[in-house]
Amino acid sequence: MTGVRAEWPLYEVFVRGKRGLNHVHVGSLHAPDDQMAVRHARDVYTRRNEGVSIWVVRSDAITASSPDEKDPLFAPSGDKVYRHPTFYDIPHDVPHM
Amino acid sequence: MTSAVDEAQLEAGFQATIDRKDRIEPRDWMPDAYRRTLVRQVAQHAHSEIIGMQPEGSWIGRAPSLRRKAILLAKVQDEAGHGLYLYSATETLGVSRDELTEMLISGRQKYSSIFNYPALSYADVGTIGWLVDGAAICNQVPLCRTSFGPYGRAMIRICKEESFHQRQGYELLMTMMRGTDEQRAMVQESVNRFWKPALMMFGPPDAESANTEQSMAWGIKTHTNDELRARFIEMTAPQAEALGVTLPDNELDWDEFWTVVKGGGPCNEQRIAHRKQAWDDGAWVREAAAAFAGLDTSSPRGSDYSITGRQS
Amino acid sequence: MTIHTHQPGEHESAYDGLLVNDAHWAFGTDFEDPLAGVDTTVPDGIDAAELASYCLALGDDALVLSHRLSEWCSRAPDLEEDIALANIALDLLGQARLLLARAAAADPSVVPTLPEGSPVPPEDALAFFRDDRAFRNVPLVELPNGDFAETVCRVLVFATHRLALFERLAAHPDAVLSAVAAKGVKELTYHRDFAGRWFVVLAGGTEESRRRLEAGLARVWAHRHELGVDAEADGVLAHVLATAGVAEPDVRPVVTDGGHTEHLGRMLAEMQSVARAHPRGLW
Repeated sequence: MTGVRAEWPLYEVFVRGKRGLNHVHVGSLHAPDDQMAVRHARDVYTRRNEGVSIWVVRSDAITASSPDEKDPLFAPSGDKVYRHPTFYDIPHDVPHM
Repeated sequence: MTSAVDEAQLEAGFQATIDRKDRIEPRDWMPDAYRRTLVRQVAQHAHSEIIGMQPEGSWIGRAPSLRRKAILLAKVQDEAGHGLYLYSATETLGVSRDELTEMLISGRQKYSSIFNYPALSYADVGTIGWLVDGAAICNQVPLCRTSFGPYGRAMIRICKEESFHQRQGYELLMTMMRGTDEQRAMVQESVNRFWKPALMMFGPPDAESANTEQSMAWGIKTHTNDELRARFIEMTAPQAEALGVTLPDNELDWDEFWTVVKGGGPCNEQRIAHRKQAWDDGAWVREAAAAFAGLDTSSPRGSDYSITGRQS
Repeated sequence: MTIHTHQPGEHESAYDGLLVNDAHWAFGTDFEDPLAGVDTTVPDGIDAAELASYCLALGDDALVLSHRLSEWCSRAPDLEEDIALANIALDLLGQARLLLARAAAADPSVVPTLPEGSPVPPEDALAFFRDDRAFRNVPLVELPNGDFAETVCRVLVFATHRLALFERLAAHPDAVLSAVAAKGVKELTYHRDFAGRWFVVLAGGTEESRRRLEAGLARVWAHRHELGVDAEADGVLAHVLATAGVAEPDVRPVVTDGGHTEHLGRMLAEMQSVARAHPRGLW
């Protein structure tokens, strides 16, 4: 195998497709530093005007939830149906709701 | 250590996720064999994009109009992008682009055999777009729904771009067919050479395909080779008629297929040598970038550098 | 008050809707026309032949460097750089097409004569049917690529000079040249930034990268005089070199006397081969 060898850092790329939308994760790439990562992201992920804004972050700087924690993290909100607008029955003839 | 009971439970959960057509994400538990199959398939796909840059890429310098030069360069550039998206997907499985590239240039991983055929005339640029990218789209569109999330998401983007590739290829051939007699002859000659290799891109007949059954059960593959091949033939026939070319028959020589897969194609050695040369020549640049990345960014040579002298 | 609601799935991918606008997909056909609405008549007081000759020189620089950069395709140090260099090549190719077309429109006598009935447009007649002696580019852009460091140095020096020039040309009385320059300013700003950043990375990377960078810079510097004297470009280059901690190379300028090196003829032999084999061809 290749053994231990320095690879240039991996970055995760987030693109805002257009104004008003969230940045969405689109993939990753390698770059020597943060600013070059933005340039690379522009070349790699927005060649067809797909974005108006780019975020990059080093992959090793991301803290992720673990799938094993799925229940403690996400189950507690699963039963809080009252947080969702569809929980509340409103007569159809009441406007602007 | 995970006990056998836990393992069985995890596996049941994994299969249930797939059976309800949900996606597997990188940090989910997955069977080792699933992970291995995925890495092999996604890597092979990524390698195909990168090796696939070469046959058409060799015509960028000879493109016969400035418009065609721009189109072809943009197209081959897209193939680099596709390879990059796919290597990104394998990186979510903990396998780096470096490792996979080493596997490719040492011959331990394969790429699509179609790229072991030479591109011999400018018409081949069109034929590769029309038939080769067309066959690739047939193969790839179902993969947008593949069970591994990062692979499926990469495929959505790739398929959108491939549709541009196929159209530019067909449009080049249509334009050439309106040109001179020599150009029409070039188009037909090119189609004659690429038709059967393109059909073989769907892989061996179902009866001989070693991996199909398990890959389908895992949702990595969603259609059999023969199904996809038949669909492609059906789609292509009216396009050939509109173009004014004759497609050769569909009798495929599977001995030739296996010869090319095993390294005996016209360009196998050349393609790998080209990739190895680029990779070796670039090693010092990648090392420099890695060394630079380890620098203290507050130093004058760090990332605050701004060419206008202003801090951004 | 109107509340905009998103279509289901709209947030799922940044690439939704990519196929809605086909202009993003058809390279070389439906691109945004930088000359839309621009007055194409040569203004009074401008010598059409001189304007054509100037546009040819600027167009040939872009065409020849674009060709060299496109030779990196499938050969770059990694995929990110393969894609970035292709983008720069495509920008320069776009500039070349507009400038060659402008030269042909301003003075049709610069366009080589083709067989009767040839469908070859003027930009292609100029690119593919002129002999090497008729090319007006500086020798700097026709030299073989060398390694990645040399390419970075060439793009840095070329883009820095061309950007300074294009910023001034944006005010040129010829509306077409002015529009081309205004468009080019944005592109060249990126090219200069890309090359400048790599210059700093290679200078601060490893011993080998620094050695190669200094060697590449020396080769490029020997041709720098071909781009003319430009105080603004001098200032920017001095800043980049200082940031990288690289000394200005002490090299003797190569004498080219407005002619070409041996490399251009060989490059054009490849570039023009298909077009010349089919002078009546339709592509």
